[in-house]
Amino acid sequence: MSTVVAENNDAHAGHHHSKPTGIKRWLFTTNHKDIGTLYLWFSFFMFMLGGSFALVIRMELFQPGMQIIEPHFFNQMTTMHGVIMVFGAVMPAFVGLANWMLPMMIGAPDMALPRMNNWSFWILPFAFLIMLSSMFMPGGGPAFGWTFYAPLSTSYSTDSTALFVFSMHIMGMSSIMGAINVIVTVVNMRAPGMGFMKMPMFAWTWLITAFLLIAVMPVLAGVVTMVLTDKFFGTSFFSAAGGGDPVLFQHLFWFFGHPEVYIMILPSFGIISAIIPAFARKPLFGYSSMVYATASIAGLSFLVWAHHMFTTGMPTFALLFFMYMTMLIAVPTGVKIFNWVTTMWRGSMTFETPMLFAIAFVVLFTIGGLSGIMLGVTPVDYQYHDTYFVIAHFHYVLVTGAVFSIMAAAYYWIPKWSGVMYDEKLGKLHFWCSLVSVNILFFPMHFVGLAGMPRRYPDYALQFADLNAIISVGGFLFGFSQLIFLVVMVKCAMKKGEPAPAKPWEGAEGLEWTVPSPAPYHTFDTPPEVK
Amino acid sequence: MKIKTKSLLWALAAALNAPNVLASNELRLNMPPGISDMSQKVYDLHMLVFYICVVIAVGVFSVMLVSIIRHRKSNGRKPATFHENIKIEIIWTIIPFIILIAMAVPATITLLELDNTDDSELSIVVTGSQWRWHYNYLDYDVQFQSILATPNEQIYGRLPKSENYLHEVDRPLVLPTNTKVRFLITSEDVIHSWWVPEFAIKRDANPGYINESWTNIKEPGIYRGFCAELCGQGHAFMPIVVIAKEPADFEAWVHSEEQRLAAEAEQEQKLLAMEMSKDELMDLGRNIYLSQCAACHQPNGQGIPGVFPKLAGEGMAVGDKTAHINIVVNGSSGTAMQAFRSSLSMSELAAVITYERNAWGNNTGDLVQAADIFNFIQGEE
Amino acid sequence: MTNRQQQNQDNAGVITKLLAAVVIMFAFGFALVPLYEKFCELTGFNGRTENIAAMTIDGMVVDTSRTVTVEFTTRTDRGAPWSFRPETRSITMHPGELKQVNFIVENHTNQNRMAQALPSVSPGEASLYLNKTECFCFEQQPLAAKETAVMPMRFYLDPDLPTSIHRLTLSYVMFDITNQVKDVATTAAR
Repeated sequence: MSTVVAENNDAHAGHHHSKPTGIKRWLFTTNHKDIGTLYLWFSFFMFMLGGSFALVIRMELFQPGMQIIEPHFFNQMTTMHGVIMVFGAVMPAFVGLANWMLPMMIGAPDMALPRMNNWSFWILPFAFLIMLSSMFMPGGGPAFGWTFYAPLSTSYSTDSTALFVFSMHIMGMSSIMGAINVIVTVVNMRAPGMGFMKMPMFAWTWLITAFLLIAVMPVLAGVVTMVLTDKFFGTSFFSAAGGGDPVLFQHLFWFFGHPEVYIMILPSFGIISAIIPAFARKPLFGYSSMVYATASIAGLSFLVWAHHMFTTGMPTFALLFFMYMTMLIAVPTGVKIFNWVTTMWRGSMTFETPMLFAIAFVVLFTIGGLSGIMLGVTPVDYQYHDTYFVIAHFHYVLVTGAVFSIMAAAYYWIPKWSGVMYDEKLGKLHFWCSLVSVNILFFPMHFVGLAGMPRRYPDYALQFADLNAIISVGGFLFGFSQLIFLVVMVKCAMKKGEPAPAKPWEGAEGLEWTVPSPAPYHTFDTPPEVK
Repeated sequence: MKIKTKSLLWALAAALNAPNVLASNELRLNMPPGISDMSQKVYDLHMLVFYICVVIAVGVFSVMLVSIIRHRKSNGRKPATFHENIKIEIIWTIIPFIILIAMAVPATITLLELDNTDDSELSIVVTGSQWRWHYNYLDYDVQFQSILATPNEQIYGRLPKSENYLHEVDRPLVLPTNTKVRFLITSEDVIHSWWVPEFAIKRDANPGYINESWTNIKEPGIYRGFCAELCGQGHAFMPIVVIAKEPADFEAWVHSEEQRLAAEAEQEQKLLAMEMSKDELMDLGRNIYLSQCAACHQPNGQGIPGVFPKLAGEGMAVGDKTAHINIVVNGSSGTAMQAFRSSLSMSELAAVITYERNAWGNNTGDLVQAADIFNFIQGEE
Repeated sequence: MTNRQQQNQDNAGVITKLLAAVVIMFAFGFALVPLYEKFCELTGFNGRTENIAAMTIDGMVVDTSRTVTVEFTTRTDRGAPWSFRPETRSITMHPGELKQVNFIVENHTNQNRMAQALPSVSPGEASLYLNKTECFCFEQQPLAAKETAVMPMRFYLDPDLPTSIHRLTLSYVMFDITNQVKDVATTAAR
């Protein structure tokens, strides 16, 4: 990435001098590309760590009976798996992609707030170190699920909860800083002529995501603070004995939690909206309706939180309201899927790895979306709630949705990042291994859930044994398939591969393809002119 | 009396279980239609929504498939350039909307019916606690707790797993058929969730609040359920078993149960005067300990550091005897330690405390008799 | 140069607004707690009854055309050394009728204790219509050593109670708050 920089703008000459090398470069960097790289490698590392926790879970669940770990440790594994995947893998990966791509997409020289950018990354590893270290405390780490429902996380948890709360605060701060940075960059630093309705979808979806983050991460900070004071300082926000209500916790948590779900999927929509047109060689169908659909999904996400809580015993009017609102979200989401399919229609498609992942995304995300509609229907949700059907649903939207889109993005933009083409054969191998194994992993979960297996069970009745064995096999296959991805990416990072042209994809659109590959350390010091 | 009811109950259980045994090992892939009108309606709604989703999926995927097969560069396709069509976009906003209304109408009707707990004929208070269910028949003098019956040896693979592994309890809930039964669900500690798939009932048990739900069972039989809300490490080990009986049989059962419980209480008074030997106390205590205490404090009394206190060699079990009796009898607020006064008899309490004070090398030599417990509860201390 | 300054100024403006939004949303998180309480009070969302004595309405019409069954359940919190039960399992009454139900609590210990009862009503909507004119749950209850206290609860059902409700349950949990209250001895002696 250390290429000669065209110093043609004195205003920015300041940070072109003396680029530090080695560890200092990465510690003190304020360059959006470096920070993007850090975010992406960090999230990949966390993905593997969270994945290995999932494999511990799947190992224990391979057979009925307790074989390898104790139930208490099992609960720690499910908790850490959830927290790490949400806050350590998916969210930082999107921030990494935003860092790398947003300035290049909108023709800006860097993110608007480069020093804060450095901070927002570097506090993350410490947050996770704190959380992981809590597992070595007496009584172990958090064991109350990533949703940390009170009072299991307050009166009935171990003292390590303090560390959990503290690290959640840090992660929240990191996300808020990242979101502020994205908003300021997109609002203020677009190249001349780059109107809002000319921005790439990825910039749009990230802008909306950033507003969601600003709106809900502070609420999460508030909730974890209440958990902390309830546990250690004698307040009773969530304790009936002191006049509080444990269900209030769930309302507050899901007021954060549901928009959070969209935080993890909206940037994916942006990625897919970039990749499908590129490989169909045809402009995105219905750009403006895509923008409106994204905005309305974001708006609706504040009105559906209680569909996670249908069984808590709400009055009928509330159940009906949240059911209708939840169903309504299917409309803008459907619009997006129809738009992608229509973009493909009568195109001239080729199927390189990014496109394969994008198509898999559309298909599997649709499956996840449809099971989401089923879950939104209150009377039947009484049967689905807290079973493996829910697990299947949100892994279809998060793994084959968010994670697949991140992988698609990595394959799509790696030539720009590294200057070399990835190994297409290995990429396709990675895709097919992932596709097959991920379905062996998650598809049977629908059935085992419908048959009645509750989630977060370390041990189960014999009737669920066959499907669980299949699921575990799928889990290991999927986990190890990701090593292929690692090999592909490491090869690119080591510049092993064909040199990539500025625009390696025939149908790709956007400013990022107007700069050379690999992208110079500083791009668009002079803003490009957008027609 | 006691033995007779119990053996009768087991005979019945075995008889009813026969078809279930066969079914339980079948690979089940779908939701059970259940055994009440409501569960059948929920099942029908589930299938309706499922089929609608399948149709949508097939539609979307087949368009994609055609596109993938035909509109590829290798076929020499030139890309079209259209990228907007207001009319079609409006159509595919409205059509899903209509489909959703088609789902929302039956869903609303079913929900209104499901949420109507009125006009029930029998009320049962279901209380969850870490990790057992407690049932209280509001209209009768019957209440008891229901604990997992699967022995640890099966869970840890030292014995082969039985047919109803993790799906069996010591004392099932008995309900009448063709009766609208109302459940009042609450919790003593953390949030649990009472779920019997065959009834299509799942309700959270929130500490300090009550929730309600109802069922009307059509067929006598044995129905099994789970705790569905993460409630700590025993979450998977607090199943629900319901035996449904014809109303007449239920009446007979509930009255014999009332008599049995009354007789037990009477016997309890008699036993107060009786001194048990150390061996007797230790034997009984060991059994009680393994079924009631070992889930947290572990069979070897080691507890789990930072979570559940160790009993072997330190703390309560080798400390002040009264404090020890107090915590076992009254429990400890805000912790998983429950008040065993409500679930164990005085002689059982005495035995388990004696056991804890003398097992695993504690050897305090203290013997606690039922009378000591009685005196404690009467406030002699 | 001016461009750059202009840019910084613009950025500062946006950042200020966003930081304000963050602070407001953090405060909003906490504001949701009283908002939720108020909402529950207005809609019976969580089935809590109001903790203040309701006024008896003079000349309230007793709706003799229908009867409602009210059930009572009680629970003692862990660690609380007493027994607590209603005098009767359930009563049948007309809306608008004033009824009294006694609850009995026996303190087993030789110490003065302080208790607090918390009510919950199911179905939740019914809590809006269950009005207590007198209840032991309104305040902390001092229990002298070995005392057996009979605690009255007087209430009526609002005649506006929806006709669809024929049965409701009032549940109490009794907590031991001795340790939270410092001056037990004095209060109990009073």
